[in-house]
Amino acid sequence: MKPWGEWREGDALEANHLGEVTRTDVVRYQGASGDMNPIHHDEPFARAAGFDAPLVVGMFQAGALCAWAAGIFGPEAVRRSRVRWQARVWPGDRLVLSGKVTKRYDDAGEDRLDVELFCHKDDGELCVTAWMTFARAPLA
Amino acid sequence: MVDKAAEGAQGATFEMEIERGKIYELATAIKADHPAYFAASPVAPPTFLTTTFFWEERVPGANPWALVKMDQRRGMHAEQEYEFFGPPPRAGDKLTCRSTITRVFEKAGKRGGQMTFVVMETDFVDATGRLVARAKMTGVETAPTTEAT
Repeated sequence: MKPWGEWREGDALEANHLGEVTRTDVVRYQGASGDMNPIHHDEPFARAAGFDAPLVVGMFQAGALCAWAAGIFGPEAVRRSRVRWQARVWPGDRLVLSGKVTKRYDDAGEDRLDVELFCHKDDGELCVTAWMTFARAPLA
Repeated sequence: MVDKAAEGAQGATFEMEIERGKIYELATAIKADHPAYFAASPVAPPTFLTTTFFWEERVPGANPWALVKMDQRRGMHAEQEYEFFGPPPRAGDKLTCRSTITRVFEKAGKRGGQMTFVVMETDFVDATGRLVARAKMTGVETAPTTEAT
C-alpha cells in the first residue's frame, strides 16, 4: 500500500470489489448498528411498503465505503466523513468501491487529504458518494 | 408530514460509552479489516457513532427526531456526516451526547413538488468537556403523490 506521504491530488484508489450483499449482511449490520427498521429484513413488511424485497440499510454501504478508505489512509487520521445516497441497494446487488484524492493541503499545521469516494453497483449505477478528510501531523 | 415547529427542538442528554466489542461487531458488519479496529484499544470506524441507537432509546426525550413527524412512506435518509475534532474516539471513551433539530427547509424537487429537508445534529463531548465529534443527519420527505381525481 502506498505510504501516506506519497498520495497526491488526482491519485485514484484501486477499486475494491465488495461482492454480493446478502440478507445475512443486512441482518448482521442491523444487529451491530441498532437500526432495527423492519423494512430492511422483514420481507412481508417490505412488500406491504411497495418494495419487491427488503432494501439494504443505506448505512451499510456508506459504512463499508468510509471504513475501506479509512483502512487506506489510517483509521486514526479520519476527521470527516460525509455521505449522500443516490440509489437504493437490494440483496443480491454486487458493490464496487472506488475513489480518488481531490486535495492535499496544510491546515493549521496538519497535513490533510480530501478524498472523494463512490459505491457503484457492478452494472454501473451509482449508489453512494462520500467525501472524507484525513489528517496527520507532518513529519518533523 | 413534517412539522416545521420541530426546528430548534433539543433532546435530553444521554451517555454513550465506546466499547471494544461493539467496535469489533460494527467493523465486521461493514467488512472493515484494518487491524486498528480489532486491537486491544481499538479506534471507532468512521460511521461508528450511528450506534447511538442503543444509548438514546432508553432515555426518554433523547431523540427529538420523533417530533419531526416525517411520513415514513415518503421519508428517507438523504445524507449523513460525522466530523471529528481530532482522532475519532476509541474504546473506553465515555461521551455525553445531545441532539438538536437544527434546520427544516423546503426545496423544489427535480420532478416537481416540494421536498422537505430536516437536519438533526448530535454533539459528542468527552469527560473533560471537549467537543469530540458532531453528527449531522439529513432526512428528506418527498411531496405526496398527486393523483388525478
